[in-house]
Amino acid sequence: MLTSPPAIKKQIFREGLLPMKKSAKAAIAGLTGLAGLALVVTAAQAKVIKDDGLTPYEVVGDVAIPKSLTGKPGDPARGRKLMANRKKGNCLACHKIKQMSDFLFHGEIGPELSDIATNMPDEEIRLRLVNPKFVNPDTIMPAFYKVEGLFRVKKKFRGKPILTAQEIEDIIAYMHTLKESE
Amino acid sequence: MSTKNAYMDTIGRKLAALAAGFLLTAGLAASTAALAGDKSKYEVDGRKSGYLYSNPETQAIEDDDFANGGMLWVEKGAELWKKVDGKAGKSCASCHGDAEKSMKGVYTVYPKYVKKLGKLENLEQRINRCRTEKMKAKPWKWDKDNLLAMATYIGYLSRGMPMNVKIDGPAAPFFEKGKEFFFKRRGQLDMSCKHCHIDNAGKHIRADLLSEGRGGGAFPAYRLKWQKVGSLHRRFKGCNKNIRAQPYKQGADEYVNLELFVKWRSRGLPVEVPAVRR
Ligand code: HEC
Ligand code: HEC
Repeated sequence: MLTSPPAIKKQIFREGLLPMKKSAKAAIAGLTGLAGLALVVTAAQAKVIKDDGLTPYEVVGDVAIPKSLTGKPGDPARGRKLMANRKKGNCLACHKIKQMSDFLFHGEIGPELSDIATNMPDEEIRLRLVNPKFVNPDTIMPAFYKVEGLFRVKKKFRGKPILTAQEIEDIIAYMHTLKESE
Repeated sequence: MSTKNAYMDTIGRKLAALAAGFLLTAGLAASTAALAGDKSKYEVDGRKSGYLYSNPETQAIEDDDFANGGMLWVEKGAELWKKVDGKAGKSCASCHGDAEKSMKGVYTVYPKYVKKLGKLENLEQRINRCRTEKMKAKPWKWDKDNLLAMATYIGYLSRGMPMNVKIDGPAAPFFEKGKEFFFKRRGQLDMSCKHCHIDNAGKHIRADLLSEGRGGGAFPAYRLKWQKVGSLHRRFKGCNKNIRAQPYKQGADEYVNLELFVKWRSRGLPVEVPAVRR
């Protein structure tokens, strides 16, 4: 499924070529030292995304958004509710999360997230929520913080992201707690 | 699955309600048996009907004409066929005679290109053009009982026959537009039909099992959620709304083109009208 070039970058992070638990920034700094990864090095440069009316954010290496969107800490309890809410994150539509088994019907479209905090730093999770198409342009997963470049959005939702910046931070805060070993 | 019991309850109530319509449909059911029994006919060259993604309880309702709520619309369609309406003083039967002969197979080739219109026309639109042009009657409204009944009846008369729409010649550019629609991301959730129905068919999205989105031989289908039959275009609208995309109106050119693509994806699959879906 994951065959596009950005997905290969993801593989590099995943398969231990790079130290997993380092922050994405540190990992990318490490990357520049690796020979033969010119493509990754180019992509590792930071770019600032200014989407219509939304808080601008900096994407590093198409894999991470290092800085909080709001500068305010997220609320994990709120984040958990947002992830179950069908009108908000509705993450359970596609992902299984054992720690949320009090909600029925977890989807099987995306990978299970029960151990996500062990496998993925917050910076990368933030990018996945804001716009996962940086990692996989063909993904089914929605960009939760994006309003430009969409087609035929229903009037009621036009010009609005699915989640607010603070809601994204709340979800990241809950995701940060998802570890199977503890 | 833990839903099964609650689900069975709904089915139980449904069956009880439908028992009332039992006698009414008995006559028709005898003439064209449901496709029950051999399930292999729902897969052709690897293309699977939504039937195979339905749970066994829903399949059982489709398999049994006495339980299938859609049969009430078949019955009503058969009545309307003979009913005189409009200023020309004609019924469908005045021109087409015995529907069981003249309408057999008709469902399988729609939508088709109509030179005079310079575009595609689907079955519902063909029915309404007969009404306005030949009968001098008012067109029926989409997803209201009369049009649903006639389309369901005509679909039913092709039951078991393979879907067989034409996509070459003058239909080709419209087919291309339909195909483009299917693969275009839309809505706040920014998904295309293929993200659910090609990439993820066979997987659950929350409580729903995603089918291949073929549905070509199924509609008008009886949806338990709707508690009645509904058109394929109503299903398209639902899929559009779920991803927060602005839907089109039933009968819009965009949906007729999409219908041709969706029905081509169902080529060879048997007509199931009225299919039963959740
Ligand atoms: C419509 C389906 C869908 C929805 C809704 C969805 N995701 Fe995803 N998600 C996916 C898929 C598919 C992937 C696999 C990678 C890809 O295609 O982007 C994924 C990947 C991820 C990953 C990376 C996991 C890994 O191990 O690589 C994270 C983190 C994630 N999703 C979090 C979320 C959160 C949090 C939400 C809700 C706010 C959410 N997703 C909603 C489909 C979805
Ligand atoms: C977010 C997921 C999603 C998207 C995107 C989506 N659908 Fe669906 N669709 C569903 C679900 C869920 C059902 C009900 C279960 C099933 O049959 O797959 C369904 C059912 C259908 C059916 C009925 C199939 C049958 O045999 O009963 C058709 C036809 C269909 N969709 C076509 C489309 C088309 C065309 C598009 C794009 C305009 C589309 N869908 C977009 C989720 C989706």
